[in-house]
Amino acid sequence: MSRFRTGAGGRIDRARGINFTFDGRLYTGLQGDTLASALLANGVHLVGRSFKYHRPRGILASGAEEPNALVTVMRDAGRTTPNLRATQVEIYEGLAAKSQNRWPSLEFDLGAVNALASPLLASGFYYKTFMGPRFLGSNKAWAKLYEPLIRRAAGLGRAPEAPDPDRYARRYAHCEVLVVGAGEAGLRAALDASADPHCRVILCDEQAEMGGWQLNAGSDDLVEMLETLGARPNVRLLARTQAFGVYAQGAVALAQRLTDHLAAPSPETPRERLWQVRAGEIVLATGAIERPLVFPGNDRPGVMLAGAVETFANRYGIRPGERAVVATTCNSAYGAAFALKQAGVDLAAIIDLRDKPDPALAANALKAGIPVHTASVIVGTEGHKRVRSVRLGKVEPCGIVKSTDSIACDLVAMSGGWVPSVHLFSQSRGKLAWNGETGVYSPGKDAPGQKTRSVGLCSGEFPADMRGFHNGALPTPDEKGAAKAFVDFQNDVTARDIRLAAREGFHSVEHVKRYTTTGMATDQGKTSNMNALGILSGALEKPVPDIGLTTFRQPYTPVTFGIFAGANRAGLFDPVRKTPAHAGADALGGVFEDVGLWKRAHHFPRKGETMHAAVNRECRAVREAVGLFDASTLGKIELVGPDAAEFLDRVYVNSFAKLGIGRCRYAVLTNEAGYVIDDGVVARLAQDRFHITTTTGGAGRVFAMFEDYLQAEWPELRAWQTSITEQFATFAIQGPKAREVLAPLVEGIAMENEAFPHMAMREGRVAGIPARVFRMSFTGEAGYEVNVPAGEGARLWPVLLDAVDKAGGAVYGTEAMHVLRAEKGYIIVGQETDGTMTPDDVGLGWAIGKGKRDFVGKRGMMRTDLIAPGRKQLVGLETLDDKTVLEEGAQITDTPTPAPGSAALGHVTSSYWSEALHRPIALAVVAGGRGRMGETLHVPMPGGAIPVRVVSPVFHDPEGARLHA
Amino acid sequence: MKFSLISLLKEGLTGNRGWPRQWRDPAPKAAYDVVIVGGGGHGLATAYYLAKEHGIRNVAVLEKGWLGGGNTGRNTTVVRSNYLWEESERLYEHAMKLWETLSDDLNYNVMYSPRGVLMLAHSIHDVQVGKRHVHANRLAGIDNEWLSREEVLDFCPILNPATDIRYPIAGGALQRRGGTARHDAVAWGYARGADRFGVDIIQNCEVKGIIRDASGKVIGVETTRGYIGAGKVGVVAAGHTSVVMGMAGVRMPLESYPLQALVSEPIKPIMPCVLMSNAIHAYMSQSDKGELVIGAGTDQYVSYSQTGGLQIAQATIEAICELFPMTRRLRMLRNWGGIVDVTPDRSPIIGKTPVEGLYVNCGWGTGGFKATPGSGHVFAATIAKGEPHPIAAPFTLERFTTGRLIDEAAAAAVAH
Ligand SMILES: Cc1cc2nc3c(=O)[nH]c(=O)nc-3n(C[C@H](O)[C@H](O)[C@H](O)COP(=O)(O)OP(=O)(O)OC[C@H]3O[C@@H](n4cnc5c(N)ncnc54)[C@H](O)[C@@H]3O)c2cc1C
Repeated sequence: MSRFRTGAGGRIDRARGINFTFDGRLYTGLQGDTLASALLANGVHLVGRSFKYHRPRGILASGAEEPNALVTVMRDAGRTTPNLRATQVEIYEGLAAKSQNRWPSLEFDLGAVNALASPLLASGFYYKTFMGPRFLGSNKAWAKLYEPLIRRAAGLGRAPEAPDPDRYARRYAHCEVLVVGAGEAGLRAALDASADPHCRVILCDEQAEMGGWQLNAGSDDLVEMLETLGARPNVRLLARTQAFGVYAQGAVALAQRLTDHLAAPSPETPRERLWQVRAGEIVLATGAIERPLVFPGNDRPGVMLAGAVETFANRYGIRPGERAVVATTCNSAYGAAFALKQAGVDLAAIIDLRDKPDPALAANALKAGIPVHTASVIVGTEGHKRVRSVRLGKVEPCGIVKSTDSIACDLVAMSGGWVPSVHLFSQSRGKLAWNGETGVYSPGKDAPGQKTRSVGLCSGEFPADMRGFHNGALPTPDEKGAAKAFVDFQNDVTARDIRLAAREGFHSVEHVKRYTTTGMATDQGKTSNMNALGILSGALEKPVPDIGLTTFRQPYTPVTFGIFAGANRAGLFDPVRKTPAHAGADALGGVFEDVGLWKRAHHFPRKGETMHAAVNRECRAVREAVGLFDASTLGKIELVGPDAAEFLDRVYVNSFAKLGIGRCRYAVLTNEAGYVIDDGVVARLAQDRFHITTTTGGAGRVFAMFEDYLQAEWPELRAWQTSITEQFATFAIQGPKAREVLAPLVEGIAMENEAFPHMAMREGRVAGIPARVFRMSFTGEAGYEVNVPAGEGARLWPVLLDAVDKAGGAVYGTEAMHVLRAEKGYIIVGQETDGTMTPDDVGLGWAIGKGKRDFVGKRGMMRTDLIAPGRKQLVGLETLDDKTVLEEGAQITDTPTPAPGSAALGHVTSSYWSEALHRPIALAVVAGGRGRMGETLHVPMPGGAIPVRVVSPVFHDPEGARLHA
Repeated sequence: MKFSLISLLKEGLTGNRGWPRQWRDPAPKAAYDVVIVGGGGHGLATAYYLAKEHGIRNVAVLEKGWLGGGNTGRNTTVVRSNYLWEESERLYEHAMKLWETLSDDLNYNVMYSPRGVLMLAHSIHDVQVGKRHVHANRLAGIDNEWLSREEVLDFCPILNPATDIRYPIAGGALQRRGGTARHDAVAWGYARGADRFGVDIIQNCEVKGIIRDASGKVIGVETTRGYIGAGKVGVVAAGHTSVVMGMAGVRMPLESYPLQALVSEPIKPIMPCVLMSNAIHAYMSQSDKGELVIGAGTDQYVSYSQTGGLQIAQATIEAICELFPMTRRLRMLRNWGGIVDVTPDRSPIIGKTPVEGLYVNCGWGTGGFKATPGSGHVFAATIAKGEPHPIAAPFTLERFTTGRLIDEAAAAAVAH
């Protein structure tokens, strides 16, 4: 057994050696060790370098509060994890860890030259410099020179280089009582609550083993309590599970680690799991964190928290040094002294700030042969990569400190008292109360509507053997000395830094935190916040409670991103919506685009065909024969009820009261501001029943808006809506031969032009399938849209395809659809409109029901600016050269050479090569556009302006004869 | 004392004992020519420019908590000016020009870092919207360029290059002058600058009432530190503007929502730029300290609670992991929220109000940090002259009655 291990005891398995590496060197630890305890067991104290000065740092603590011992644990390129606390990493056979933020090595780190410049690197120094030289230009030196250097120097570990292959899981849970922390108080709370078999209890603890501080004692009580709890079916025990945040309305988030402690985790097991818990009562039993003492040189490796020393000795069987000094203001450190003594460590001294320590403890110490120095502090330390000695200071009654002896030691166990872990309580928005006697903030009143109970140490009630505290820096003989007394170890914030901030007027604790960065490191100030407050209190000569407290933010300790993402990655990131004809379209070689969550076929290239050739061919097919188009993604709503027509009258700009049964109407939807937000077709199925279509992207939005009006604005209307988007497959058959193709397949509908005119709707059967057939067109050709039950879509598609093929037609995609509708001047909401266009702007003023008293958007539309002259209006554009296809989004001006900063008249909204017209066409919105017909305008491009002619937006069949054919 | 390498050296060698306060802590006077309500970046900048450019130095900034403790100190600091509409382009570009010399002007390093803001496109529609911005910005003389998919991956190599993911990258719009700045430094730099001109910065002073005379004109404010007279009052209270304006009987077209952000633990630099994806609702940059700074969307419901919903943070991290798969193993260090004030057209309101002597600057919603210098600059001019600064003129309160909206959100749904 190593000389750094005790002879017996602890919770490690002395029979099971475990090999691991740190910075490439092979070491052996024991089953049950953390990386920190295993390193200590090998006599390794130097484990990291600090952020700013690159000072050698050792292990300070034994748990989640550790600020120094950050390591990267490597498995493979995608499984490398930086910034883990060695005190929380459980070792496994083959564990490979390395230190961070040092170059070339931990032992010899060039960054340590920063320490030489440390007088310049006081808090906030970067706000005061790095601005020049000015001749480089304002801000140039910062952006080009200093910032890149600073960025390179900053940061802790390195991110993994490959995607993380591990899985993460999520669970939701409900219980009557959630107990956070399985120390004695938490265990008892869980036992009490779960005595009632109907009371579901979840008990979680961030450590690998439950028991908290009791694990140091190895008591039989603990075994019994855990057995009892384990046997109760209403109890769920979650070890390695940290409650990291209390979110809105009392939702508690837990992070459970499942595989990080395993040498060869099964790929089937998730690495971590996110629990979202709703509990009737949240019992907080999160214990307390020890505060370090702030004295010069308090950061040398070998200077540790006394409680951590005790834990390492008792729980992990570690002898963390040969000769120790205990420095304290608190009774509990005497326990550490006795534990060390027990572990065979030579105790050089107990240095107690108090002039009258607990007499019984002091007597025990003397009995054990440990010299106790009262009214004493450490005023300095020596040693580089490990503490070698401390200098003792005597605090005179007047407050002056006299430096006296030097005491050789290789371990300093320090304690400034304890701070309750009120993080979760504070996150639940509970009010904290200052307790001057214990020098801590402890839980006060719950936030309204919140039910928490703090038990054990986190309640701020300390037993006698944990009394005694000190906030702030210890008294020192010379405040001017060069030696640094650290407050925030990881961020290298010293007592002097905090005083400087106060001197410069940063008096709010939040300002001090931000100016000095104290408490902003990855430990979030667990060991530093109270000391920082104490120092600030001294500097401002203001009591601590008058200074305030920084907010405790989620998470308690850092939480893996992956746990939030869970399984929602790659194909599962967002659902993919596919139409019933998707497979059919895919088989035809369709190229798909994303529209909202849907996959829509964009075009159907034949072998060797370019996209443009395919689109042109598809357009020709529709104009000359017939085309088949999958329109199933369109939003569909069925609205029923005696007031359905009234409701439609109120939401759409159009009138529906007089819409006949079996008739359709193009419908325009505006928001309250009067701008177009959606369009579609409304068909009347019966007096009290409508089939409504919306745009593909707008379906959800429109449905939600309708529901909002139905429920919140006009609850008196007897109308109810159902989304039927996914109930129907919708196929458009468009073109001069549409009737010829469809009629033979139809039963129960008279298909003649007069019997089934444009904008009519009929119910019947198509290919034997019940169908709602609309005669309507989004292409300018006569056409139909056939709606059949979604489950029949895949069956109907090939039938229609076959019929269209035989008639010399073709299937077409969204791009051809866009071209065809643009030729006809039909708008696409979201392309011609952008939330700023009124119906009139886009030439749809005719759709507005003139006789209607009111509708959503009517008042908005009447506002002065919406009826002012000069608004942008929808027009067509033709490039003068008849060749250039304009770029969509390009701006339009009245001069070919606009000065920089010129205003645009408008922009190109849609632009295509028109196969039907054999020329490029474009739609645009242009200020006063309808009054500019025939004018020449310009589209400035990087290579020069393109002249265009303003024309009507209807390029194809302006009379509309083909629609009615 | 002027901040410089020289002063840093001098002070460093003498124990850093000579640094003076960066701003005084005065007791409120009985009255001021102008009282600014709200000590965020915008309020402090307003006071600074009032004093510097308009010689109005009898000014107080009243802050209910600590300077910059509102959204200024909570935001993710994306700075850019490639907005769509001319009114916005002028406003944000005005701010951008000021950012470029702000550190020198304030003698305070605000760390404006023009590392480029890249806005991703994932679909044909995204590409259309992105290119429209590029065209509009070119005409306005604002840098913004279109990058192909390959160029995007070159510019930000840690992006997910896969084509079989749900939203593969199609391209992106890059504003190279866009970037970030250090939020606290902006508040402190303006505070120090304003203080040097004699402006009183009064913290822990909450305005509880706006007092008007018989004619309706504003004459002062009631505060937790007593009554303070004022010739003019400028309200710059971000998420709490509705509350403060309510004290003068003015109902604002604003809704307040929680908006969350989070950072990872510090890591060595991996992220060269600011990256935003509106389609997947996430954006990310890396701070000089090494933290990945990540912004979320607003909560779905209005609230004054700064604790947002966990599901919002969750959705955001999902998106980040999708865009940057190597971040899955990194860890979230801090998660917080602020209250943002959102107008119907997602553009700010800067100017006069129906109450004489009362001015308001609000509605910056999720994206006002970038405008801080410009906003303060034009608002100061508006207060000083009693007439809107030409750049501020379109951003009136009346536009919601006349309908002359400046709707950035409708066009692109861009949040920041
Ligand atoms: C999470 C988050 C991320 C963001 N990200 C970005 C981003 O990346 N880029 C960007 O450009 N913008 C961003 N923003 C928006 C940006 O932060 C704000 O638009 C901007 O900071 C507003 O500045 P302000 O000075 O007006 O407000 P604030 O800084 O909020 O200042 C208002 C001040 O008024 C004070 N106050 C309120 N009521 C009273 C009263 N009665 N009496 C006295 N004082 C009062 C408040 O305490 C506060 O300090 C983000 C916002 C948040 C919350």
